[in-house]
This record gives sequence, C-alpha cells and structure tokens, in this order.
Amino acid sequence: MSLRIVVCVKYVPDATGDRRFADDTTTDRDAVDGLLSELDEYGVEQALRIAEASGDAEVTVLTVGGDDARDALKKALSMGADKGVHVNDDDIHGSDVIATSAILAKALEKTGYDLVVCGMASTDGTMGVLPALLAERLGLPQVTLLSEVAVEGGVVKGRRDGDSATEQVEAALPAVVSVTDQSGEARYPSFKGIMAAKKKPVEELDLDDLGIEADEVGLAGAWTAVETVTERPARTKGTIVKDEGEGGKQLASYLAEQKFI
Amino acid sequence: MAEILVLVDHADGAVRKPALELLTLARRIGEPSAVVLGAGAAAADIAAKAAEFGAAKVYVADAAEFADYLVVPKVDALTQIAKAADAAAVLVTSSGEGKEIAARVALRLGSGIITDAVDLEAGADGPIATQSVFAASFQVKSKVSHGSPVITVKPNAAAPEAAPAAGTVENVTVEFTGNAAKVTARTARVSTGRPELTEAAIVVSGGRGVGAAEGFGVVEELADALGAAVGASRAAVDAGWYPHSNQVGQTGKQVSPQLYVAAGISGAIQHRAGMQTSKTIVAINKDAEAPIFELVDYGVVGDLFDVLPQLTGEVKARKG
Repeated sequence: MSLRIVVCVKYVPDATGDRRFADDTTTDRDAVDGLLSELDEYGVEQALRIAEASGDAEVTVLTVGGDDARDALKKALSMGADKGVHVNDDDIHGSDVIATSAILAKALEKTGYDLVVCGMASTDGTMGVLPALLAERLGLPQVTLLSEVAVEGGVVKGRRDGDSATEQVEAALPAVVSVTDQSGEARYPSFKGIMAAKKKPVEELDLDDLGIEADEVGLAGAWTAVETVTERPARTKGTIVKDEGEGGKQLASYLAEQKFI
Repeated sequence: MAEILVLVDHADGAVRKPALELLTLARRIGEPSAVVLGAGAAAADIAAKAAEFGAAKVYVADAAEFADYLVVPKVDALTQIAKAADAAAVLVTSSGEGKEIAARVALRLGSGIITDAVDLEAGADGPIATQSVFAASFQVKSKVSHGSPVITVKPNAAAPEAAPAAGTVENVTVEFTGNAAKVTARTARVSTGRPELTEAAIVVSGGRGVGAAEGFGVVEELADALGAAVGASRAAVDAGWYPHSNQVGQTGKQVSPQLYVAAGISGAIQHRAGMQTSKTIVAINKDAEAPIFELVDYGVVGDLFDVLPQLTGEVKARKG
C-alpha cells in the first residue's frame, strides 16, 4: 500500500508586511496579504522528497483556516502535493494552539496517514509546539526539529540539532515529523506544476464533519486569554557617522560613554 | 503557598543560567520547586544550586530513558510530578525541546500554554506573561485561563537573584509511557569558550558584508575583546560561513542582550525579529541606506574590515 504522507501547513500574514492585531486581539488577517508560511515550504519539500524516494506515496496537504487559506494549499499543490484538505468553519476563528491541534488531529484521523510532516513553527505565532501536540493527541512518536530526514523500511530517521548536542533520532511509522529551515531549500513551483494544481482535488471540511463542537474551539474555547496588546514604540534613530578613518574609535567612545567598555 | 514547578535545564552536570532566571521569576508568583531530570551523579550539586536560588523542594528523577528517547520521558516525569504536587504553574525554558515538553505537559494536564514569555508577573487570577510578537513590534500580556498555567520563558527574561531556601530533595520514580522516538546517537556541541548566544550580555553578529567564512575572524576578535557571544545573519549561515547554531533571527535564536553589534548586516525583517529587543544596538555597514540604521543607537557607515579591528584595538587598550 502506498505511503500516505500528510503535510500540515498554515496560511499566515506576510512577515514583511505591517502585521497587526484586530480589535478582538486575534491576528489581523486582512491588513496584510497572506501566504503559505515560509517554514511550511520546508515541510512540503521534505514530504515531496520522501514521496519521490519511496516511489509509491501520496502527499496530502492539510490546512485549517478561512477562505484565503486555500492559497496556501494551492501553493503546496503547485509544488507537487497530490491533494488538499481544507478545514474551514467560522467558529474556528480565534482558536489557540491547543484547539488547533485538536482540529488537525481529527482531520488527520479522517484523512488517514502513515507520516505527518510539519514545519518547525509558523511565522506568525512562532510557538513551534504544534507537532508535539499532534504527536501527543495521536499517540505517535514525535521525530521533530530535523535538519535531515529520510524514510527507509517503515522507519523515519533524522538529525536533530539541539542547543547542546546533535542527535540522531528514529521511530517506526506512523510518526509525526517536523523539519527546520536547514532541511533543504524548497522548490519553486514550475509552470506545469501551477497548471496541474488547478485540477487537483481539495476536500472541504467543517467542524460537523470532524465531530467537534463549536464551543471547544475559537476564542471562547481558548485556554489562554490576551489581557493587553501594546504596540512597541519605534526605536528612535540614533547617531550615524561616516567612517573617515576614525569610525572604530568613535564607536569605541560611544560604547565607553554607555559603560560597555 | 502556591507551588510553582521549574524544569531545570542542565548541561554537562551544571545548571544553565536560564534555569536560575526561572527560579527567580517563579518566586514572584509562588514558591518554586525545582525538577531535575536525568542529571545522574550531578543531581545533588544541581539541587544545591536550585536551593540557593529559592527552590523549597527539588524533585529528582534519573533513568536511562531521559537520554535514550526524545521528549516523552521528560513529559512523563514533569506531568507526574505536577499532578502529585498539584502545582499551581509549570515553568520551562523556551528552547526547542523545552517548548515541546511544555506543550505535551499542558495537554496532559488540561492546561493552556503560553510560550516565549519575556516577563512574568503575578495577576489577580494567576500569572500574567508578557510576549514580544510580530518581530518584536508588539508586546502582548496574556494569561492561561484553563488549568494550571504552563509557561515557557525565554533566556534573559530576568536577572538571576539568589534567595536561599530549603531545597529538600525528593526522589521520584517515573512511570514511562512510550511512543517516543529513539535517540540512536548524540554528539555534544563543541564549546567555543564564548558565552551562550541567548544568555550573553553582549552579542557581536556578522552578515552578508562579512563576505566569507574567514571574514568572521574580525567579528570573533571583537567578540572576544568584549567577552561577547558571536551571532550570524541568515544570509551568512545560508552561505555556509558560520554555523546555524549561531543564527540570530526569526528561524534562529532570538536574543535580547544589553548590547548588540551588527556588522555587515542589512537588517531584513527575518533578522530584526531576532534582535530588535536588544537594549542598545550599534551597526557597521557600508550601505548608508541599510534598514539596520533605522534601529541603531549608534551607526558607522563604513567598511567593517576597517572599523571592527580599530574598535577591537580600542576596546583592548581601554580595558588595559
């Protein structure tokens, strides 16, 4: 039977835009154009490489988000994924990571998987905990934060670069994997890929389809609550000097004034 | 008094500084208890250090599983201890592994989780965490509204302050659950002798302008003269000039030192996200239009290969 790979991706506001909060303290998803989270491109790339190496695999790309999130699926499909699953329901708005992981876990169970692949973190929330939460919910081993990954003989192996050590890790499938931005450059969609993506199937699911009650998710179902949001004052531009041969000394004088030296 | 569990991060038999910061912060919201996992013979010394920084109790568990399997054994231990102690909150250092442990513990405890806090204070109904978000352009204060709060805190969130407490050691036998990835090999990172990037008071970083791996020599010399850690922009890391472990930015380390020196770094959003909360920022760049100059307290438009060696010489001369 072919290897079923599901990549979880997120549609995020472009990090180069002026990201803000909406009045309900959720991320303002209208103020800035959205796109497939850059860090999820690495997940799609590794899923495609694993599929290519296996010769008999199907790559499904899964997202939870509003109508716009379809763009993230489209990008992944144009890179080469085979089909998409889009969980879209107004009641999901404002969900925290705990609720999002519950929705994704249900969608994964419904879709079926041998290998779940995620990016290392989203570029908006940047928590980096979703892969671990999925592993916990699905009762699967987590093989996460990998800079190298491969699947051989039903075992996923990889290299995890931690703060104090580099580890070689492995687990039998099914498993949850997350990959870092060091795992390998993500491919650009080809023209052929972009055309082909238009014909690839995308399944639409809502909370009813997944057997999730509205009050378990969304702002009301969140297990954390924002008290205040404050914009950080822009840093005031300081002194700029042009190096005329004394730039290093001038900088040293400044650092001495500030008591750093 | 409310018992606050602090998972103590340790390496090579010694407590890492962020754990002492956590113990210091924990005292603001209750009475800290330290959790020391897989420390082997070093557990007693680590427990003593935790006591010095305010741990009334120290839970110690040791087993081969902590080193042999990824994340899950520590989740098993921390959850078991949190339940037995009826902990009012659980604090973990915001590292890749720390956040993964915290998330799974939160789910098992039925608790909300907040990651990457840069400050923590007591609130009317539980701790309030401050986070710095959207590339540090906003500060968000939030609380956990369901279950005992699980919060991960970034290094440098507070200065460690000693406050000796009893540090009564309680040995714990953990019931392990399984379903974990196996660690088949581990290579310790070779120490450079420089401070940890995320813990350093001063960071000197190089970027595209450094031009080559050898170019980092002038960056390292300045760092060593200042007693600083060395960082690198993503451009420099992607080019293979400096290790990824030293990358500062959205996908690398987020640093918040007293002084950040950016050499040959243009200041793209990806980099700013990792250093924008530094107290004082100075930059050296050939391009007067580089966006990094919008952030700096002091900037020098010039060639870093002229400016850095001159600055290094001055630092050495002034330090005598």
